[in-house]
Amino acid sequence: MAVTVKIPTQLRNVTGGEAETQVEDASTVGEVLDGLYERYDGLRERIAEDGDLRRFVNVYVQGEDIRFLDGLDTPVEDGDEVTILPAVAGG
Amino acid sequence: MAVEALRCKECGATYALEARYVCDNCFGPLEVAYDFSDLDPLETRRKIQAGPRSIWRYSDFLPFDRPPRTALDAGTTPLVRADRLAERLGLREVWVKNDAANPTHSFKDRVVTVALAKALELGFDTVACASTGNLANAVAAHAAAAGVDSYVFIPADLEEQKVLATGVYGTRVVAVEGSYDDVNRLCMELSAERDWAFVNVNVRPYYSEGSKTLGYEIVEQLGFELPDRIVVPIASGSLFTKIARGIEEWIEVGLVHGEVPVMNGAQAAGCAPVATAFAEGHEICRPVRPSTIAKSLAIGNPADGPYALELARKSGGSIDAVTDDEIRAGIRLLAETTGIFTETAGGVTTATLAKLAERGDIDPGERVVIVITGEGLKTLDAVRATFETDVIEPTVASFERTLGLAQAA
Repeated sequence: MAVTVKIPTQLRNVTGGEAETQVEDASTVGEVLDGLYERYDGLRERIAEDGDLRRFVNVYVQGEDIRFLDGLDTPVEDGDEVTILPAVAGG
Repeated sequence: MAVEALRCKECGATYALEARYVCDNCFGPLEVAYDFSDLDPLETRRKIQAGPRSIWRYSDFLPFDRPPRTALDAGTTPLVRADRLAERLGLREVWVKNDAANPTHSFKDRVVTVALAKALELGFDTVACASTGNLANAVAAHAAAAGVDSYVFIPADLEEQKVLATGVYGTRVVAVEGSYDDVNRLCMELSAERDWAFVNVNVRPYYSEGSKTLGYEIVEQLGFELPDRIVVPIASGSLFTKIARGIEEWIEVGLVHGEVPVMNGAQAAGCAPVATAFAEGHEICRPVRPSTIAKSLAIGNPADGPYALELARKSGGSIDAVTDDEIRAGIRLLAETTGIFTETAGGVTTATLAKLAERGDIDPGERVVIVITGEGLKTLDAVRATFETDVIEPTVASFERTLGLAQAA
């Protein structure tokens, strides 16, 4: 199974410019992110701190903020879209 | 030159003054950094007092090398002493900063006039925003005045008055089927795809600087003195934190002496992520799904929540939440005692002032300022059916009978 991950512009310098990527064999958001960390050097330090997401990072599954779901334990299914975005806009 | 760079509020990394809002290292928000060491307080004060009757009188504290030419300005709104409101609440000195008296009737004119000037300076020819209504009005109007294309993104369930008062300027109104937080997420994604200046996304560090001018004006209008306490509504938390930031800058420069006032934030109970985090002692906000008549404050995922919490605690203030009924009562209280008709956000602020007074948080000797951010005509539904109209026939007898008045002598 594969999940599509949308990469924000701010992280594209560690993904070699990729705006979108696929992660296989992940059943939770945490596992999706682990898959990305393995693939892209330096990504983990950018968005995570002490095992959790940094406070100005938002992650969405199918457009829904994972803080409304189960956080990093939120399940993902084949074909789901995971979006990573900064949390500092609006108002 | 006072304007130096963009600086990350989290890790301190600095960036050039361009259309950028997030730190590449840690995802923290960027803020404009200045060097005020060359400013002489007396000279700066004279310059302000001789300046234009708009926010550009504070141009030494705004992110431009020299004041830009703008088609539509903002600011220098009234600060009104509200003795009848104070008396009703058992307080001595209350002032109302009436920011409904701006070109599009909310404080958003301040931030948009700054954001648009910066967007043009950076070479953009299209501006856009994610809005709960007031920002949509301001972006549409300022873009129209400047002859710039604009797109405004709003939640589809917005008050009709705010939609009408946006479309009239000839902007493209895009109603998104979702909450403000959905609109905001969409605009963040779009800002990566389009070469537009989204005022509260990619040029947000400049935009939010406009809010500092509310703090400057309050201090200037009090004769370069500080109030003891300021009550401000919180949606994203940007206005709340920037008012205090402006005052800090003036203390640093020596334009005014004393401490940053006690800062009280005001939220609607139906969308109170910051007030909840304050009450529970948390440093970050858990997002909520808004359900309140105060739609202009209905941001469930507030960007500046952590900084608002820090400010409320550091200044000895609080962040409170009031119910929809209290909001309606707040609108009536302000209208009946000051003649100022505010929108729901102002009802939240006034109701919070009443709550603080009732709770005994406010020393009777304090000088308190409440910030009224928007106009009552934009949210008329909030006062519908809150009073009765006497319907009569066009005769004196019908008048006297219906109103239960004795015959005039």
